[in-house]
Amino acid sequence: MMEALVHLLMVFLILANLRLLGGTRLNVCIVTVAAQGAALGLLPIMLHPFSMTLHALIVAAAAVVLKGWLFPRLLKRALRDAGVEREVAPYVGFTPSMLFGVLALGLGALLARKLPLPAPDSSPLLVPVALATMLTGLFLIVARRQALMQVVGYLALENGIFAFGAVVMKEAPLLVEMGILLDIFVAVFVMGIMVFHISREFDHTDTERLSELKDWTP
Amino acid sequence: MTLCLLFVVVPAVAGLLAFVLRSAPARRALLVLAALAHTGLTVWAWVTRPAVAPDAWLGLDATALWFLTITSVLFLAASVYAIGYLRRDAVTRANEDEDEDEPDDESFFQPVPEAIFCGCLLLFLAAMTLTIMSRHFGLLWVAMEATTLASAPLIYFHRTPRSLEATWKYLLICSVGIALALLGTFFLAASAGAGTDLTLDALTRHAARLDPRWLKAALLLLLVGYGTKMGLAPLHAWLPDAHSEAPSVVSALLSGTLLNAAWVGVLRLHQLCVAAGLGAFSRDLLVLFGLTSLAVAAMFIIGQRDYKRLLAYSSVEHMGLLALGMGLGGAAVTGSLLHAAGHSLAKGLLFLTAGNLLAAFRSKKVADVRGALTVTPASGALWLVGLFAITGAPPFVTFVSELMIARTAFAGGRWVVAALYLVLLAVVFIGMAAIFLRMALGAPSKDRRKPEARLAWWPPLVLAVLAAALGLCWPAPLAGLLREAAATLGGGP
Repeated sequence: MMEALVHLLMVFLILANLRLLGGTRLNVCIVTVAAQGAALGLLPIMLHPFSMTLHALIVAAAAVVLKGWLFPRLLKRALRDAGVEREVAPYVGFTPSMLFGVLALGLGALLARKLPLPAPDSSPLLVPVALATMLTGLFLIVARRQALMQVVGYLALENGIFAFGAVVMKEAPLLVEMGILLDIFVAVFVMGIMVFHISREFDHTDTERLSELKDWTP
Repeated sequence: MTLCLLFVVVPAVAGLLAFVLRSAPARRALLVLAALAHTGLTVWAWVTRPAVAPDAWLGLDATALWFLTITSVLFLAASVYAIGYLRRDAVTRANEDEDEDEPDDESFFQPVPEAIFCGCLLLFLAAMTLTIMSRHFGLLWVAMEATTLASAPLIYFHRTPRSLEATWKYLLICSVGIALALLGTFFLAASAGAGTDLTLDALTRHAARLDPRWLKAALLLLLVGYGTKMGLAPLHAWLPDAHSEAPSVVSALLSGTLLNAAWVGVLRLHQLCVAAGLGAFSRDLLVLFGLTSLAVAAMFIIGQRDYKRLLAYSSVEHMGLLALGMGLGGAAVTGSLLHAAGHSLAKGLLFLTAGNLLAAFRSKKVADVRGALTVTPASGALWLVGLFAITGAPPFVTFVSELMIARTAFAGGRWVVAALYLVLLAVVFIGMAAIFLRMALGAPSKDRRKPEARLAWWPPLVLAVLAAALGLCWPAPLAGLLREAAATLGGGP
């Protein structure tokens, strides 16, 4: 039963990745990455349903609230206050991006076979999907122009790492896990402020035009 | 343990207090008081040398105490300098506000800039202290990310488009780097298997049981992650921008303390690899990163047009030297540890002086600064002293440490490494000397002497004296501490 749920979750993660890569509107991408994060928050509970501790429940609840509710709120506020483009501006087109998503999944599967987990008691899909989500995040950071989309990419990267962490760090002390969540939260918060400042200073959030600073100016 | 907590709590509480304090003089006094308290605690730690409890999350072993001392001294000097800087800045800001008729009352995260500056500076100190003392790899990660977040608003202090660009690059590149380090931390957990705590002690105890495949992957990811933060080439993309656009006090701290804190993260991992029998693997990686950083820095130092960027690339060079020394092993490990202090003192001195030059000449371009010795005699002289302190001329401590690294390379028969090292050092010296001498000497375009506040040249002078003193004599406790630290890091006599 739980196994089926985990598989379902994995499929959802893959679909979310593809939607992020093919999304043409910033709003949609923000909601997608939030849904992905919230679903991932439930993963630790699904993996170990019968050894549930209070500590795991707290972490799961914090992850769901932060990633599913607070992050999208912050980012949407930055989007509204910045008040400029709502369309995603890609360096790499949407179709090639989707193709990359499929490729990333294959690459994830390949890497997962090279590095077998010491404790193989979880879904065989987990590591490949986690790696594919990380690659998706990294790809979004370099292949999208807007500062806000780069934040979304960063969040996808974190989601992938969180998925991997859920497999490995079964008994990580609560303090560290909460610290990690808090750090990610503050990172998104500070980035949100920066997006706002970028848009006010330049009237856009296009990072391609953030290119004053370099060494060799002709 | 209590002492360790005090080290973090004092600056953190002072930082939070600085956010809410209304009066500017009180805030500045608080900044210096907290820095003094931090230094006082460091002295106390030297006197008592508290033992590290087994499996403790925080601890002051020899490595931590050494880097903590460097951080504390540099922060104290920078905070004293910051008072003068903030006074100057407040005057400039007041003048600008009179010209500007558009009131800046959009309240989206826009409190008093100076309160943010002092508060973030102190939180930054707290985060760095936590990074240096942390003996748990998860906690280390949390603290490292906290240093990025606390320092981002500092870089954006001037609120110009250029500083905004630098801050964005800094945040994004370092956050992605750090995210990879988090993955590396999870890999480390995977290599240890279930049930092993991620503390340095527990992992070292089980070193033989660690899965080498996962450990190697973890080492690579953590080295890339913390190496980004540390500015090792080719991961240094954020560093020149952030260092050149930040206020000079912040540049001094970024270069002299933050890079060291990231280096401590790498050292912890190296320590683990040495214990797990992967010392050769991590040493080779460190030598590779070290030489790459030296080469890249040398390339960009020659003909550099912006003197703060020049100093930033010099930081890349010196981080490369730290990695190279650690990678060579033997006596070079002690050299590398000593060099960390030499670099921090000299770079602090140079960035603070660069701030004075920037205030006097109103330009960061090398071409606009001529005859600094005539226009600002104190800063001009300090600028020249800094040149010798950073390029490893005697009597400065960098001379001793660079010699130790070179001797180990020759003694170990690593001729290619040694030759590359010496050639690149010479190239950097020529590149920097050409630029520095042109700036200090020569006839100034406007030969008017500018007044210099005492607070602007005292702190860098103290740093210069310390860098020279450390090169001339090592007190016995210091030598003992370095020996103790080197022993855990695969070093020898």
